[in-house]
Amino acid sequence: MTLLHFKLIAGVALLFFASLLSLVFEGVDRIIHARMQLRLGPPLFQPFFDILKLLGKENIVPRRAIPWAFNGAPWVSATAALMILLYIPMGSLPPILAGSGDLILILYLLGLSAVAMAVGGFASGSTYANVGAQREMTLMMSYELPLAVVIVSLAWFAYRTGMPGEPFSLETFVGMPLWSVVGWTGVFGLLCLLVALMAVVPAEVGKVPMDIAEAKTEILEGLICEYSGRNLAMFKIAFSLRTLVMCAVVVSLFFPWTIGRHFGLQGSLLFLADFIFFWVKVFLMQIIGVTTVRTAFGRYKIWQASQFYWFHIAGLSLAGMVLLSLDVVL
Amino acid sequence: MAEGLNKTYKVPIGPVHVGLKEPITAWLDVDGERIKGATIRPGAIHRGIEFMARDRNPIQIIYLAERICGICSFAHIVAFVRAVEDAARIEVPARAQYIRTIVLELERIHSHILWAGVACYTFGYDSAFNLGMILREKVMDVLEALTGNRVNYGTGTVGGVRRDITPAVGKVIREMIDFYKNEFGVFYDVVTDDPIAKARMRDVGVLSKEDAIAYCALGPTVRGSGLRVDLRWSSPYEAYCDMDIKPVVPQDYTGEVYGDVFDRFLVRVLEVYQSLEIIENAMAGLPSGDLMWEPKLPKLLNYLKQADGTGLSSIEAPRGDDTHAIRLTGGQDNITWWKVRAPTYSNAVSWPIMFMDNELADSPLIINSIDPCISCMERMVVTDRSTGSGNIVTKSELIERCRDKTRRMMGS
Repeated sequence: MTLLHFKLIAGVALLFFASLLSLVFEGVDRIIHARMQLRLGPPLFQPFFDILKLLGKENIVPRRAIPWAFNGAPWVSATAALMILLYIPMGSLPPILAGSGDLILILYLLGLSAVAMAVGGFASGSTYANVGAQREMTLMMSYELPLAVVIVSLAWFAYRTGMPGEPFSLETFVGMPLWSVVGWTGVFGLLCLLVALMAVVPAEVGKVPMDIAEAKTEILEGLICEYSGRNLAMFKIAFSLRTLVMCAVVVSLFFPWTIGRHFGLQGSLLFLADFIFFWVKVFLMQIIGVTTVRTAFGRYKIWQASQFYWFHIAGLSLAGMVLLSLDVVL
Repeated sequence: MAEGLNKTYKVPIGPVHVGLKEPITAWLDVDGERIKGATIRPGAIHRGIEFMARDRNPIQIIYLAERICGICSFAHIVAFVRAVEDAARIEVPARAQYIRTIVLELERIHSHILWAGVACYTFGYDSAFNLGMILREKVMDVLEALTGNRVNYGTGTVGGVRRDITPAVGKVIREMIDFYKNEFGVFYDVVTDDPIAKARMRDVGVLSKEDAIAYCALGPTVRGSGLRVDLRWSSPYEAYCDMDIKPVVPQDYTGEVYGDVFDRFLVRVLEVYQSLEIIENAMAGLPSGDLMWEPKLPKLLNYLKQADGTGLSSIEAPRGDDTHAIRLTGGQDNITWWKVRAPTYSNAVSWPIMFMDNELADSPLIINSIDPCISCMERMVVTDRSTGSGNIVTKSELIERCRDKTRRMMGS
């Protein structure tokens, strides 16, 4: 058995596992969201039932849609989101495609997933989907700046302080927690960057207060307005995968600690413990960064969201960048 | 965004839309996200209630009037029975007047909390919506304890009411007043202190004082624009005559008037407190005595059959003035005609003004901000199945048809 075979099998298994996990996390998210509102909430496996039901439903293509773009978009979106998992180190396990992709690729894949959704919206031939797609594009343009600032500052910091590994590679940050490298100005800088990144999460995953492109009480689910059946199932999977991936990226950058070594575990047991601990961290991140936020707030309007990202969050991330630079220079 | 190209696109909001409780269509001319013009097209939920009423006697119509609208059902029947009492010159006992007042105010609380919750839902604030729904359960329970029903109470009748406030019910009502005085503040704080809620409602859907007068806005909509308009204050009826009621206007609380959705929200939420106070006063001053002018139904019907005259009544429903007019002809069991003018009929006219230069994202919120009751409002639509056309009859056409019919009936 060659390394390629091993990677293929491990990759397929991981993608399958992560897709299922993302749906379980979404089920828990819905239950906790409901409990915080004093409701009972759906069963844990409701997202599975939804997807299974949708997979068996008819795929309706509107008369005015462009069929190839309309049908292709959900697949591109879900695939791009799924691909990111191959580049994320999980606990002590290196990524399946270690060395062939870095943070920039992850950002592009996240962007591709969002753009594919917008393309699907534009190709729907519906006014609401069109408005939703325009909003998605505007939102992307707004949150990309703080996101890029966060990533670039971290990479520059890793490069200047000589952390082992490629500066843009996620493995660098997982191998050596940033918090152990920085001085006290750097800690404030990192906190600023962390808050900025957490603020980008709701927009990246399309949840309240940034579910502007899918606002159901305004533009009837916007982007996915015309979708049904298999295509809609793919979009649902893409949404929950993006949530999972985004939280995994935040965890890998800012909370890379593992527990296996502290308990003196060895071999495969160490990998297993760290692997499970990684997903626990991702789960907690999702509860804090997505579920609580979407329970606590209402929805912004698109220009308010743009203003929020361009001024408040971009300002915060720039402050983080300055503090982090000061830490290196001093 | 195609903003600034001076090219507008038509976007329909409705007739069936997630953000709207009832079917109504707003055709918006949008430039990018900005609304440049709006056409309101009602007519999706007309049921011909006034026509049905012409085969019924006044007591039967009470149950029809109650089903004009689920939320302000008691407001409609009080307006209706007051019109009948006006036409037939019936005196209502004092206790019945007080009980009517209490139920009207309970209904106002239930309507305003429902509205506040739905407004939050419209801008995606689901937690506040759920909180509102939980709070509303309490008043629904009280209404059920008092009347046996949660929505259509079946409590009013010509010449009085059919249910008494027993000591047990009185206790439940007092409990409810305490409950809201403690718990409702939480909801108020959650929404008014929330930065996103404020960003979504402030300066959205502005209706200036002048426009509110020019377009005859009513109820909380006009009070939100800072005008002191309230029938309970300017032309009191039932037990309101014995009470000191001041119209709730935003300038008394915040010092200034914006006339936006936030002010309308504020007015409705503060009116809940006002209603609690009115219920408290009414409970304290509840007189003893009869519940009905004439408890024997056949005798009442016989009297109504003899009655001849036109009755008019206008009351302050949760959404504004609800006006009912009725004609009874002596010797006829059934009424001759009945006309309902619900508050939304007036308030809907100001929608295009409120839409102007707002954003597409605000449109469901603006539609909801007047607390529309489409099923109350809709009175006339003509559809022709054979040709597939569904057009609304214009005013001049309608007048012409009325005259035609009069000529036919007069045999000329």
